[in-house]
Amino acid sequence: MAQRLLACTGCHGKDGRAASDGYHPRIAGKPAGYLYRQLRAFRDGQRPYALMSNLLAPLDDAYLREIAAYFAALQLPHAPPLPSRAEAATLRRGQGLAQQGDAARGIPACQACHGKALTGVGENVPGLLGLPVDYLNAQLGAWRTGARRAEAPDCMAQIAQRLQPEDVNALAHWLAAQPVPAQPTSEVPGPAPMRCGSMDGGR
Amino acid sequence: MKRLLAGLLGLSLGLAAALWWLNMRGDGDLSAAPFEANDPALVARGTYLARAGNCQDCHTPRGAAHYSGGRGIPTPFGTVYSSNLTPDVQTGIGAWTPAEFRRALHNGRSRDGRLLYPAFPYDSYTRISAEDADALFAFLRSLPAVAQPNRPHALRFPYDTQLALAVWRALYFRPGRFEPQAAQSAEWNRGAYLVQGLGHCSACHASRNALGASRNPTALAGGLIPLQNWVAPGLAGQPAQSVAALLQRGIYDSAALLGPMAEVVLHSTQHLTQPDLLAMAVHLQSLPQAETPPSRGDAPTPAQLQRGAGIYETRCAHCHGDEGQGRSRAYVPLAGNRALLHDPPANLVRVVLGGAFPASTAGNPRPFGMPPFATELADEDIAAVLSYIRNAWGNRAAAVQPLDVQRWRSNVRP
Repeated sequence: MAQRLLACTGCHGKDGRAASDGYHPRIAGKPAGYLYRQLRAFRDGQRPYALMSNLLAPLDDAYLREIAAYFAALQLPHAPPLPSRAEAATLRRGQGLAQQGDAARGIPACQACHGKALTGVGENVPGLLGLPVDYLNAQLGAWRTGARRAEAPDCMAQIAQRLQPEDVNALAHWLAAQPVPAQPTSEVPGPAPMRCGSMDGGR
Repeated sequence: MKRLLAGLLGLSLGLAAALWWLNMRGDGDLSAAPFEANDPALVARGTYLARAGNCQDCHTPRGAAHYSGGRGIPTPFGTVYSSNLTPDVQTGIGAWTPAEFRRALHNGRSRDGRLLYPAFPYDSYTRISAEDADALFAFLRSLPAVAQPNRPHALRFPYDTQLALAVWRALYFRPGRFEPQAAQSAEWNRGAYLVQGLGHCSACHASRNALGASRNPTALAGGLIPLQNWVAPGLAGQPAQSVAALLQRGIYDSAALLGPMAEVVLHSTQHLTQPDLLAMAVHLQSLPQAETPPSRGDAPTPAQLQRGAGIYETRCAHCHGDEGQGRSRAYVPLAGNRALLHDPPANLVRVVLGGAFPASTAGNPRPFGMPPFATELADEDIAAVLSYIRNAWGNRAAAVQPLDVQRWRSNVRP
């Protein structure tokens, strides 16, 4: 399978461990359901990125599922995070949003869905750690502007639209600065704060 | 003076009448004939035919409900949006009669009589038999209705007018029917019927004139597809067995179908029966092969070849082999591969920049993919390595210039 998927690892790094360019994210070890949804979203145009769309256009759902399962099963050690260039106040703001959210603005904590350890929960909710700051910034920004979408109800879009650009930047910097725990846990603090279309199992 | 005016008036009336006649002829009888739309056998045949025509690809935007229309087809004259073919009465073809549907296929006119744009390839579909048209109609009527109003085309003046379309049709469109050739076998005729009709191969594999009309559509000599910037190669003279296998599997022997043709394999040709694929291939093999014009442009310089050889060794040889020999069922050989020699070298450049997978098919469910090099290699590097493989192991073609790479980079930009 690795040989068949050199088309993926060319940009996403050997075994999908992320590229050295600081943008193309790690795909190894992400939940299979999540990866499959992203592959479909790229192919079918819900995530607009021409290179991925064109590359995946001739592939059927069955192969996309296999590709997702292959990368999901690769458990590779994470490199320690690079020291953050952000100011302490920015990091504090990011940490607050990730761990407590902002009830006044209707923003749940990241932990509420992505797990206490922020390493992801189950088949469909990805971890948020071990990702490059530029990638996190771009994705949160894309959720905010509607360039990145998921099935309705699109909870991430609703949350991201309540974020200010400074929130996005703070979250991206704080998340990127956290080490990935050696033993990820999928524990969540309580019931999910919102309904999410992308958490209702694979289509 | 009066006589001159009368003459001019007469002339314009005559021209208008000719234009009217040229656009109305071949309309056929529009009265409603008895029609069993729910006949399961007819629907099943229509399902197969719709795949043969790959109708879904243009009539379904990515990720939208099947056949709900609205996919933009870029043309040099603006964007044409496909229409809703589901049986919704208000926005689809729910109110159409079979005869009106036949007229759309055969004569390029909508239910209300408006002239349709030939991005809907009725210059090919005019050869579809009435029976097959009815089966297609029965299939479309069996789909779930989707209420999705048609999106107006975004064409520039004067191409957005019915008059311009009428003139175009008078010049370039003749309603017709498929005429089997008595001297040829039933297999050949079946293949010709599919290739020239429903398959509408000429939409990409025949070049077009300045007004977008296909030049010599039955010869399928190939050319650069406008705006898509992929070269659709000439289809004549290739061994029929290999072509049939290629259309079924997406990769066979020394060839892989990539780019827009990989999508055609995914949605259309892999689902066709073996006899139909072979019939198409037999017909294509019999077409007279146009003489390949000598490669235009300069030969690569020794420095470019040397640079290209170095890049090949580090980036390409791992899969495509030291001698460009490839690996069976995985990586196409580059030595002696005619797809490398196309002019312009758009396909090569685009595959190296954007990467590519052949289609996943029943015969090749887990295709091997080529990685994209857009972010890895500079224009000069890509030009050098392509010039090298076009001139190594017995290949001979003009150099690829960095400007060629730059020109097609915009097609793969994220």
